[in-house]
Amino acid sequence: MSLTAFSHGPSGVAVEPAAQKKSRMVWFLLLPGLVYLGLFFITPLISLVITAFKEAPPGAFIGEYVNAFRWENYTEVLSLYGEHSVRSFLYAGAATLIALAIGYPLAYFIGVRLRPYPLWQSLALVLVIAPFFISFLLRTVAWKQLLADEGFIVGTMKAWSILPPDAHITGTSISVIFGLAYNFIPFMTLPLYSSIERLDLRLLEAGKDLYAGPVTSFRKITVPLTMPGIISGTLLTFIPAAGDYVNASANFLGSTSTTMIGNVIEANFLVLQNYPHAASMSLILMSAILILVSAYVFKSGTDDLL
Amino acid sequence: MKLGKYLLPLYGILALIYLMVPIVYTIAFSFNDSNRTNIIWNGFTLDNWLNVCDAQGVCEAFGNSIVIAVASTVVATVLGTAISIALVRYKFKGRAATTLLLFMPMATPEVVLGAGLAAQFLNAGVPKGMLTVILAHIMFCISFVVVTVRARVAGIDPKLEEAGRDLYAKPSQVWWKITFPLLLPGIVSAALLAFALSFDDFIITNSNRGAVNTLPSFIYMAAARGIPAEANVLASAVFILAILAVIITQVGGEINRRRLKASA
Repeated sequence: MSLTAFSHGPSGVAVEPAAQKKSRMVWFLLLPGLVYLGLFFITPLISLVITAFKEAPPGAFIGEYVNAFRWENYTEVLSLYGEHSVRSFLYAGAATLIALAIGYPLAYFIGVRLRPYPLWQSLALVLVIAPFFISFLLRTVAWKQLLADEGFIVGTMKAWSILPPDAHITGTSISVIFGLAYNFIPFMTLPLYSSIERLDLRLLEAGKDLYAGPVTSFRKITVPLTMPGIISGTLLTFIPAAGDYVNASANFLGSTSTTMIGNVIEANFLVLQNYPHAASMSLILMSAILILVSAYVFKSGTDDLL
Repeated sequence: MKLGKYLLPLYGILALIYLMVPIVYTIAFSFNDSNRTNIIWNGFTLDNWLNVCDAQGVCEAFGNSIVIAVASTVVATVLGTAISIALVRYKFKGRAATTLLLFMPMATPEVVLGAGLAAQFLNAGVPKGMLTVILAHIMFCISFVVVTVRARVAGIDPKLEEAGRDLYAKPSQVWWKITFPLLLPGIVSAALLAFALSFDDFIITNSNRGAVNTLPSFIYMAAARGIPAEANVLASAVFILAILAVIITQVGGEINRRRLKASA
């Protein structure tokens, strides 16, 4: 999935790929990790399926459920939390578009314009991944305080009449979308960068020689060639954004009117202890994501997934 | 066209500044002379840095985060590196399924991963605590390690290993004297990434931690009543160390390559 910017492999140095051998050794290398993922990724999903069918026996305590086949859990969460689901996908979609609008030019700047200056290129990449190394929660709180009503940014916007005097930013959809976009920009930029870094500039020159204007060559050459990065970046931004519950939480950038699916799952699991509802909600979110991923796999295969 | 020449660099630099704003804010407020809440700037002090454990529970949470991150990084890096070598160097049946299995944890929303593990631990009667958090973190770190190390494995010239074998090196010598040193920068980057992901994880941790606090869960809980500046201190300290390590591996690698090119 092209987060390869991290390993900083020898870019531009073509190495002949080693011939792949067949050997039983491969299972010795693969199995420990794959078994681990089986135990702690696949079986938890199965646990979710089982939990999503559970029901509370008559006279049960809070959080006490028995195995059953209760389909109503799904219909209940859909009617209870349909609005939250739609909101999650709208917020995540808007945040993904903003992240693309910021990340693409940024990745192009680093991958193409800084190409003649490898040292600056590495430094710029370090800045892109820098947010990974400082608490996501503290960064979100920082935005909350920067965007607060009494803060500098909102104050200036009000003074310049960009915002009406009684307007708020924090606690609104705008601030949640802003926070989601901010938090996932590195996940958008890194895959874009790995695609754009490989862009052969001679193709753009060829386009120019054939009288293509900058817009045409961008549309017909740059975008198609960097499509793998656009798709990876979009998935890596949209998916975590759709499931996030920190930005939308009232203690961070949201309010009770910005609740997303993640908040619903968290509340049902950890506060209400309604495990079947939390599980069925998780599976609904998961199936929406699976549809997205399978559309990708059917179109592009599995070779470029990692 | 002339304007366009400067527009893109300007946009890129503004975007980088935008990415830095909350980081600078967080570090700056670690020096804030705050008493209860750390919202309004009250003047510069080193107190928070010197008496970092004064805020109740923050150092314990930090210690837990470090233990969890180190344990998950070590295990995930070993498992992930082995998988990367297998993916690049070997032919095997089920490659597409393996790739998909490695990709899915990255493509699954954290809240689903967290709920799934929590449901599994609940159904199996495993009490939540440090161990369940470490088990969860190893799981989501493996894929990121594979992505990072695999590119490095693919970049190793197989002729170097062949040369070693031609000179009668044993397989273990080829691995320790040739392959491993060449892989090391990739492994270090992968370990750094795994450490960062684990150390900063909140959503998966929160559904599997029971009563154990990590630094992120401490911050999340504190957000309701005001986050103490000491949390900023610890986050900033880790940030500064990690960024130094990243600069050394990334920029150092670049300088090395230049030197090699110059001498070639």
